[in-house]
Parts: sequence; structure tokens; C-alpha cells
Amino acid sequence: MRHDITLKVNGEVWPLDVEPTDVLLEVLRTRVGVTSPKPGCERGDCGSCTVLLDGRTVRSCLVLAVEVDGHEVVTVEGLSLDGLTALQEWLVERSAFQCGYCAPGVILSAAELLADTPHPSRHDVQEAIAGNLCRCTGYVPIIDAVLAAVQASADPIAREG
Amino acid sequence: MGTHTYVGRSTPRIDGADKVTGAARFVDDLAFGPDLLHAEVVASPHAHARILAIDAHRAEQVPGVVRVLTGKDLPFSFGLYMKDRHVFARDRVRFVGEQVAAVIARTPKAATRAARLVDVTYEELPAVLDAATALADDAERIHPDLAEYPHVPWFYPHPDTNIAHWRKLRKGDVEAAFADADVVLEDTYTVPRYAHAAIEPHAVVAQLSHAGRLTVWTASQSPYTQRHLFAEALGLSHQDIRVITPYVGGGFGGKAGVTMEIIGAALATTVRGHPVKLHWSREQEFANTYQRQGVTAHLKVGARHDGTITALRHTLHWDAGAYVEYGANVVNAAGISATGPYRIDNVHLDSLCVYTNLPPGGPYRGFGYSEFTFGLESHLDRLADELGLDPVELRRRNAIVEGDDLPYGAPMNPSGLREAIDRAAAAIDWGVVEPDPAPHVKVGKGFAAFWKAPAMPPNAGSAAFLKFNEDGSVNISVSGMELGQGYLTAMAQIAAEVLAVPPARIRVETPDTDRNGYEWQTVASHVTWSSGNAVLAAATEAREQILDAVHRAHGHEMASLYLEDEEVRSTDDPGLALPLREIVVDGVQDPRDGTFKGGPVVGSGRFMPEFATTRSDPETGQGGKPNVHYTVGAAGLVLEVDVETGKLNVRKVALAVDAGQAINPVAVEGQILGGVLQGLATVLYEDLRFDDAGRLLNPTFTDYKIPTALDIPDEVVPIIVEVAQPDGPFGARGVGEHTMIPLAPLVANAIEDAVGVRLTAMPITAERLFLTLDGQPD
Ligand code: FES
Ligand code: FES
Repeated sequence: MRHDITLKVNGEVWPLDVEPTDVLLEVLRTRVGVTSPKPGCERGDCGSCTVLLDGRTVRSCLVLAVEVDGHEVVTVEGLSLDGLTALQEWLVERSAFQCGYCAPGVILSAAELLADTPHPSRHDVQEAIAGNLCRCTGYVPIIDAVLAAVQASADPIAREG
Repeated sequence: MGTHTYVGRSTPRIDGADKVTGAARFVDDLAFGPDLLHAEVVASPHAHARILAIDAHRAEQVPGVVRVLTGKDLPFSFGLYMKDRHVFARDRVRFVGEQVAAVIARTPKAATRAARLVDVTYEELPAVLDAATALADDAERIHPDLAEYPHVPWFYPHPDTNIAHWRKLRKGDVEAAFADADVVLEDTYTVPRYAHAAIEPHAVVAQLSHAGRLTVWTASQSPYTQRHLFAEALGLSHQDIRVITPYVGGGFGGKAGVTMEIIGAALATTVRGHPVKLHWSREQEFANTYQRQGVTAHLKVGARHDGTITALRHTLHWDAGAYVEYGANVVNAAGISATGPYRIDNVHLDSLCVYTNLPPGGPYRGFGYSEFTFGLESHLDRLADELGLDPVELRRRNAIVEGDDLPYGAPMNPSGLREAIDRAAAAIDWGVVEPDPAPHVKVGKGFAAFWKAPAMPPNAGSAAFLKFNEDGSVNISVSGMELGQGYLTAMAQIAAEVLAVPPARIRVETPDTDRNGYEWQTVASHVTWSSGNAVLAAATEAREQILDAVHRAHGHEMASLYLEDEEVRSTDDPGLALPLREIVVDGVQDPRDGTFKGGPVVGSGRFMPEFATTRSDPETGQGGKPNVHYTVGAAGLVLEVDVETGKLNVRKVALAVDAGQAINPVAVEGQILGGVLQGLATVLYEDLRFDDAGRLLNPTFTDYKIPTALDIPDEVVPIIVEVAQPDGPFGARGVGEHTMIPLAPLVANAIEDAVGVRLTAMPITAERLFLTLDGQPD
């Protein structure tokens, strides 16, 4: 039995028919074609599938598509529709990521933090991204880059346009 | 150093924007059409069993199922260094999780459902779950056909045992040296198995076209090696196989060689025209790729009162798993280098690759060196204690220097080991006793040195192509993989230095074996050195073409021409400033007659270490030059032990590594920061646990915990030492793996310093430490 739902993804409206067991992560990747949320464990452990659902981070591998009918999803593609945010610029400047597989999830977790807490402490940043596993970087360059973006920019998650 | 424009300067990664915007595509992100099929494998529930029958009838009834395939349909064997592995298990299974069949279906859900309905009848065989059991005379033989497996000439299998390879190294006379020694110290150390835990699971999509060409998209460190092994196993010509490797979400050795990718490639040959995708779940990622091998190390060291180490006997028994086609070379690498970076005259090494009924062992960042370094560097601290010497001083005194004999007899390359030791020690205020912050919290310091050489065939080669574009920007195609280490950027910097074009104007593409030049594999921390030399040669050839065209069109002496700021200039003619963008495609106009000289600039380059050879005496390991060079380093660590709970807090790690010449210092620092945490995790909490039937107990991130952003040390100090490697590009040598090697003994040594107990088994969890402190070691 299929359900008709409507999702807003990065500002675009997507009418979709989904099965009750379809997971948001897969729907985004294979039906909408937004591939930045990544499968890493598909059981809520790694955070590589993180998206913003109505502005809050969720693990899209744990969300059923039918649950989010009428809701808004933002992925890292949506963060930089008109150019990189200062947060992203600083992550590039500091070569913060290595393989980059974790990056979309980490960036959305950091964006959520900065939306709530414009002047986070180092520990705040560590806590905010603690649900996003990264095997490459030892986290230090990511934390440094987030703090550098906060130092340098009045609104590090605003689109620079 | 210091004289370069781009090399040696921290440069933002050229793949940075791809990675922070979601633009970076990994295999599973690639879009295929509606004819894409999905595969799922049927895995063995037994560690060791005979396959009596496979009944696919029920699975075939599932709507959407296209085919079910087994080892009867696809009877292929493969292997990198020894052909002991099968695309599907045929007569018997040898580990829990081994693939015995696969379902191809229209949807992933149908494939998964059907795979559960394939009925396999097994007859269980005795399972051999550790190396000691496997070495017993009457042990069940895991590979009765061992004698028939083709293998590289430097392996020595012992047929009719479970010993797949026995590397021996003999130098001097250890027995006489032990008899003469003032102090002799002996003990055993154990290291469990570990998982790479790259965040991207393995994935492959393969398609055999109706015209008979096989294209394979893989998450791999090794596009060319994969193409070669697919060709060998499937009986196809290399020209009819194309391997494309987009970005890879972490490798750490786990995506080297070939593991599950060959299943996808073989399945694709049965459904012509259709792309077939196989994507490992996290559980499969833990259970059926490569694991880092466990090892039991027996060490005996002899020394004189003055601290000179005179003799070392080091016996390594590796739990290598069910198939050792790659892992046996880890055993080999350790077996010629398990002295550590020390000059020792009398050495006796035995490194045994032992089959067990656990998942296949294989390459993991460090390639055997992390494993033996735990015992060796722990043992050296104890030796220093016996001798009444400072542990750092003991290492300084025995540190190998350029020209010293390596364990296998060839001379050591230039090395900044003593500088690394001194700088790492200074960075943690070695010798200064820190006050304990509370009565139940003790502070300790640990120290360790390390080395590692690339382990690879002696003729592992690299090729590079380079072309200029109309606007003077550059494209480079190579087949090293960007695993995250910063390879693409380093290659751009090397070309930038030669061509006077900024790295940001140079694109370096990920591999496609139809187009990019050869690279053996991106492993062994050797591509900055090897592929870097090929890029250097390609850029040099391009530069010569540019200067030659200017020389012929304008008449300036070749020797007077040089490149600077994207222009051709001449020391003889201050007026000459030809922008590259005007001449690198369209040629240089001869002012005399209006003709053009040159043409589109294209460079090619290649590299092979022509001095390397694995030919040596099988009984002594003497005589060859199997390793191209060693990268060395040293590290210090400060930690706090809470004696009431066993909990550890790592205050500081300082790690110094000799990069020869850091091409991109920020990338070298990145390797240090990442490697330190990965190494700490192996000692503080990770390990793979199996039950007594060989089933992996913790195949999830819930139960196999890797560090989060809250688990990092308070401070990590990266230290880059630069003693140039004479045959490296601008003096560079690799550092990628090395940075995790010393962490386990660092922690063990610091714990001993803090609370006076010596732990000889990894990992050193809070629980194990607490129980040991409580007088009930396990
Ligand atoms: S894939 Fe969703 S948390 Fe890992
Ligand atoms: S950069 Fe590789 S997982 Fe984070």
C-alpha cells in the first residue's frame, strides 16, 4: 500500500508516493536525488545521514518517510544554494575534512548549534558534533574551523550569496 | 626547504569545496537508470563447515528476484599475493559471514528477503579460532589445498599445516649475544583484532555491456589492482574492464586489494546489460571485509649495562583468518622489520601467518607495525628500568642512523629519528614530574619510537598524465586514490612548483582505468613519494615542452628560460614575459614569420623504484632490498589514571614524524591528528570480540565504539621533522600510516609510569586497568 506525501527539500516541493516502510534517507537519496545524507550504519549510530527536519537535526535513517509528510528537510546542498556559508568557507580554509564522508552530517550539526548558540565554547562544538562519527580527522581541525568561523563572521550560517 | 613557492606551504585542499557542499560523489551516490539491479549475499552462519547443498527454490519465488547464484555458477578464485580466496565459498565455508550465494533482484528489499530464503545445508567441521590452536600438530587443516595455491615468490607456505607463510630473519648470533648480555628480558604481549571502521561502507556497481565490456564503480583504494584481479579471476582482457573510483569515504587499508567488489563484478557477468549494485551493511562491513589481524608476540631482548641492545628474538604468531591473500604480506612486512628503528647486531625474527576460522585478516593502517610495536616499545621501557636508564635515552642510544645495517642487511636511508625523539620528548617536558591533581588521580608520561616502510612488490609503479588547458589551468590524471589524506592536493602542489601555476588552478582527477595512468594501489603510505615522482616527471616534461617552444620561436637560450607566476621569463631578457595561457595550447608565435611553435602541452611521467628486490635467503632473510625506505618518528604522551575507576584521561600527545619534506604541512598535521585518535582508540576501547563459535559479537558502532568528538585528548602536538628522502619528490616520503603506530605502547608506558603496573594485553580498557590495580588481572 503506497502513501502520497509531500516533502519540502531544500526549498523545493516534492510530491512522492512511498511505502510505509520507506526510510527518509533512502527516499532523499534515490527518489529526490539529494545524496549528501549518507548511509553509514542505518541504525542511528553514526550520524552520516543527518538532515535538518524543520530546523532540527535528525538521523534520516531512523525516520520513516510517511512520518514527515508536509515537513521541511534541509541538507547541506540547501545550506549553500547561493554560495558557501562562512562555516563552510572556514572548513575548506582549514582543510578540516579528509575523506569528507561525514562532512554533510557534521556541517548540519554545527549549523544547528550556531543557530541556537551564536557564541559556542569549544566544548559546545564537541558536544554538538559528538553524534557524528568521523574516522579520519581526529575532530580537532573541524572544531577549530567551526570556532574560527564564529570568530570571523557575524553569521557563519547565513548564505554569503 | 623554504626555497619553494608551493611545496612545503600549507595549502587548502583542492577537494575542500566538493566535500563541504555535498558535491563529492561516492559510489553509492552515483545515479543509474531503471535497469539497476540490487544484490544481497547469503552468508555462512558457521565458522567452519562443509556445504552439502544449496536450495534456491524458495528464494527464486520472491517477486522481483532475477537470479540466485552460487559457487557452482561462479567458480572463481582470487587473491593479491596468494590465490586462496573464492568469489563464493565452494565446498566449505571458513568463517562466519562468508558469502555462499547471492540474490540479484529488482529492489534491495526483494534481494534481502530472498537471501534469507536460500536454504543451505551444512555439515559442521571443527572450528579453529586462535593461532595457538591452529598451530597444534593435530589441528584441523583449514586449507588442505595450501600446496596448490599460486603465491608470490617471497612467501613460504608450510603445506599440511595451518601456516600459510613463515617469514624468517636471522642476523648475527642471538644465542651467543644473550649469553654475553648483562640483562636479558623476556615476555609475551597480545594484540586483538580490530576493524577499520571507515564511515563509508564498501560498495560496488558493476555492469557488463551487451558488447562485452565490464565497467565497475568501486569504493576502492586500488582501481588498477582491482582491474587486474577481476581480469585474472573472470578471464577477461584488461582492455575490456574499466574500473572507476570516485571519492572514497575512508580506507585505512580496508578498501585496498579486492574484497566484496569481486562479487559485484562476477554477478554482473550473469545479467548482461544491467548494472548490479552491492552495498555492505555496517554489520557486513565488520564481518566480511578485512580485519586487522591479532597477534601474540614473544620478545626476548639482551643488552649491555651501557644500554646497547645486543640481541633481539621476536616471535610473532598472527591470527590471520580464513584467507590470507593480502594478510600474509602484513605478516611478511612485520617479519623483516620487527626490530623497530634500532641498530641491533643480533636478530632472530619469526613471523608466522596462521590460518584460523575467523574473518580474513588484511591490511590496516600500520600494516603489522602497530601490532608488533605494542610489545616491542613496552618491552624497551622495561629494559630501561632494568638497566636503570632513562627510557628516552635508551632509545636515543640505539636509534638507527643513515647507513646502519637494516635487519635484512641493506643500509638505512637518511632519517631524522634522533631529532624526532628529542622534539617529542621536549614537547611533553620529559623528565619533569607533574603533580598528581588529586590523591586518587595519578599522572604518568610515556614514550615510544616507531618506524615503517612501505610494504609492496619491488616493482610497484606509478604513472601520471598532465595537460594544459586554454586558460593556462592544468589537469592531471593519476590513479592514486584520494582517501582523505590529501593526495590530490599534494600532487597539485608538486606540479605547481614545477610549472609556476598555483595549486588552485590545477585539477587532479580521481581514477578511471580507461584514462588515467597506472598506479599499483594507494596503500603503504607510498603515493606521495611514488606517484609524486611520476607527477614531478610529467610536469618536468611539460615544462620542457613550453621552454623549447619559446626557445625555437624567440631564440632565447634554453638555459636562460624559466617559469614564474604563470609566465615564461628569461634571465637574459627582462622584457620577456609570456603568459602561459597564451602559449600552452595555441603555441608560441615566431615574431619573424608569424608561424607557431609547440602545440598543446601534455606531459607524462612514471616512476618505479629500480633498486628494490625481494630476492633473499629464505632461511635468513638476508640479501634483498625489499623495502624502499623507512619513515621514522617518536611520540610522547601524558595521561591521568583515576585509580578508583581505572579511567584514563589523555592530557597530551606529541608526535613527531619525519616527512622528508612535507609537501602540504596542514595535511601532514591532519594525518597526525587523525592517526593519534585512531591509535588511541585501539588501546583504550576498541577490539573485535568473538564467541566460541567464531561469531563476531560486536558488529555495530553501538558495541564497537569508535571515538567521538568528546573522546579526544586535551591536546595533540603535531611535529614535522624534515630530513630529505633523496629519491622522493622534493625530498618527500609518506607519513599516513605511521601516526597511529606508537599510541598503544605510549599509553601502556604512561600507565606504568603513573601507577606502576604493566599491562601486556590490548586494549587497556578502564575495566581491565581497574581489575589489574585491584589485584585481579584477567
Ligand atoms: S546511517 Fe543514520 S546514523 Fe548512521
Ligand atoms: S573526514 Fe572521513 S569520516 Fe570524517
